[in-house]
Amino acid sequence: MNNSFISRNPSVMWFLLCLAVFTFAVTLLSEASGATFISTSFLKTLGKTLCLCLVAVAMDVVWGYCGILSLGHFAFFGIGGYAIGMWLMYERTREIVETSMSANVLPPTPDEITTAIGSQIFGVVGGSEFPAIWAFSHSLTLQLLAVVLVPGLLALVFGWLAFRSRVTGVYLSILTQAMTLALSLYFFQNDTGLRGNNGLSGLQNIPGLSDVSQATLSLWFFWASAVALGLGYVLFAWITAGKLGSVIRAVRDNEARVRFLGYHVESYKLFVFTITAMVAGIAGALYYPQAGIINPAEITPIASIYLAVWVAIGGRGRLYGAVLGAAAVSLMSSWFTGGSAQDINLGFYVVKWTDWWLVLLGATFVAVTLFFPKGIGGLFDLLPRKKGENA
Amino acid sequence: MSTLLEVSGVSVSFDGFRAINNLSIQIAEPEMRAVIGPNGAGKTTFMDIVTGKTRPDEGRITWGDRSISLIGMNESQIAQEGIGRKFQKPTVFEAQTVRENIVMALKNPRGPFDLLFKRRMSGLEDRVRGISDEIGLTDALDQTSGALSHGQKQWLEIGMLLAQDPRLLLVDEPAAGMTPAEREHTTDLLVRAAKTRAVVVVEHDMEFVRRLNCKVTCLHQGSVLAEGSLDHVTKNQDVIDVYLGR
Repeated sequence: MNNSFISRNPSVMWFLLCLAVFTFAVTLLSEASGATFISTSFLKTLGKTLCLCLVAVAMDVVWGYCGILSLGHFAFFGIGGYAIGMWLMYERTREIVETSMSANVLPPTPDEITTAIGSQIFGVVGGSEFPAIWAFSHSLTLQLLAVVLVPGLLALVFGWLAFRSRVTGVYLSILTQAMTLALSLYFFQNDTGLRGNNGLSGLQNIPGLSDVSQATLSLWFFWASAVALGLGYVLFAWITAGKLGSVIRAVRDNEARVRFLGYHVESYKLFVFTITAMVAGIAGALYYPQAGIINPAEITPIASIYLAVWVAIGGRGRLYGAVLGAAAVSLMSSWFTGGSAQDINLGFYVVKWTDWWLVLLGATFVAVTLFFPKGIGGLFDLLPRKKGENA
Repeated sequence: MSTLLEVSGVSVSFDGFRAINNLSIQIAEPEMRAVIGPNGAGKTTFMDIVTGKTRPDEGRITWGDRSISLIGMNESQIAQEGIGRKFQKPTVFEAQTVRENIVMALKNPRGPFDLLFKRRMSGLEDRVRGISDEIGLTDALDQTSGALSHGQKQWLEIGMLLAQDPRLLLVDEPAAGMTPAEREHTTDLLVRAAKTRAVVVVEHDMEFVRRLNCKVTCLHQGSVLAEGSLDHVTKNQDVIDVYLGR
C-alpha cells in the first residue's frame, strides 16, 4: 500500500530524495566531520530551518488544504519548545547542583537539593519554590508526551468550541489570534511559573551529554530535524492524498455543500487542526534546543503571522511549497537581520537592512498575493511534465 | 406506496416575515412531486427546513418507517438519513475531478478515520462508472469539474445526489440554464430516479413540470395553495390569481 501511495505521489519521493541529499551534504561539510565549510552556528541555523519547514507544512495543511487560517500554530510550536525546555533546564540544573553539593562535608538531603535547584532556576524571578506546572519536569518521558499532548489538547478544546459554533473565515482567524495573544500574555507572567519574560535558557546543553561537543550535538539535532521533517511530510502527504484529502479540500471550497453530502464538517476541521497542532509541538521541541533559549516573545501573534506569510510566499495547497517558503524566507531573514547584508548608503539616507528587511518582506508578501497566488511552489507548474503525471 | 416524509404545521419567520406559514406536505416513496409557486412562496425555505439548514419555529417533520423527527438533527445527520439535495446554482467542487466529486458523494462511512484507514472500498470503480454512465460524463471522469459546461455541472450534481443513494431527492430548479436537449436528458434522469425513490422537484418552468407528469403542489406565501395533477392545479382559480394577478 505504501508503494502505491508513493507511486501515486511522485512529489513525495522527490522531496525525500532532496532532503536526504541535503542532509548528507550538510553532514559532510560540517565541523563535526572535520570540514570547515559549515560552522556549528550555521549548522544550528539549518537545523532550526528544517523545524520551521515542518511547522510550515503543518500550517499549509490547516490553511492551504483545509482553509482554516490559523494564527495559533506558532503558539503550539512554542508550547512544544517549553515542554521540552522544562525537562532540559531541570535536569541540567540538577546535574550541576548535585555535582557542586557532593563536595560538601555532609551529604545533602533531597529537600536541600530540590531547594537548590529551585533557587537556581527561579532566582531570576525571585523564587525558589517549584510551581505546580513543573510537576513532571523530572521525567523526560512525561515532558515528551507533553510536547504532543498539550498542543493537541489545547487545539482539540479550542477547535471544538470554535468549529461547533460555526465560526469561519476571518472571524476564526481573529479568534485564533486572540488565543495566541492570551497564551503569550499568560507565559509572560511570573506567576505562571515559567520564568516570565526571561523564558527558559541553556537549552543547548543536553543533560547526560556534557562530554559531547556542541558541533556533534548540533549535527545530531540537525539529523533529528531532517527525520522529523521527512516523516511529517509523508504523514501530511498521506492525509491530504486520497479521499480524506478530497473531503478536506472540499471543506475549504464549500463547507455547506460538504455537510449536505453527509459529512460532519466539524470533525474534519477538528482532526486537521489537532493533528497539525501536535506536529507543530514536535517541531518546536526540536527547534528550541538548537536555539538554546525560549521566551514568551517567541509565541506572540506576530510569529504565527510570519508562519502564514511563509506559506503564502511558498505556495498554499502544496506541501513542498510550504517547505520552500519557510526555508527561503527564514534563511533570508537571518541573513538580512544577522548583519551579513551590507547597508545601502544612498547619500541622503542609509538603508539599514535590520529595519528595512521587514518592509521588503511585507512588499514581497503583497506582490506574491497579487501577482503570484501560487507562490514559489507554482514555479514547478511551469516545468514540462510527462503525460499523465499529476502533481 | 408509504409515507416517507411528513411535514405538518411547520412555520418559520425571519425577522418577523413568515416565510413558511403552517405548511403541511406529505411525500410518499416512491413518488415524483413537483413544487411550484411564485417567487417568495417559500419553496427554497421548505428545502432548507427539511435538510436541517433552517430550524422551524413550530411544527413537526417526521421521516421514514419509524417516523423519527428530523427537527434538531444537523445537516450531515439528515443527509446520512437519506435526504439528498441539489442546489439551484450548480455547486460541485470545481478544483477537483469529476471522479473525486462522485467518490466523495458515494454512500460509504463518513468519518475522518474511516477515510484514512479504510482506503479500499468494495467495487468503488464500478459504482463510479455506473453513475458516470447514467449522467453521461464517463469520458470526463478525470477532468477538473470546473471545466465542465453549465449543463454538465448540473448533471454531475445530480450524479452526486444519486451516488449518495438517498431515499428522498430534493432538486432545486434542475433545468435552469439548460438547452432543450439537456432538459430532456435531465427529465429522463429524474423520472428514472423516481421509480425507486422519492423525488421532489422545485421548478418555475411549467413546460418542464408538464414533462415530469406527476403530482404538483403549489405554494403561496409559505403554505399550500393547491395540490393535485398539473391540469387540476393550473385550473384552480386561486392559482391563476396568484400567478397572473401580480
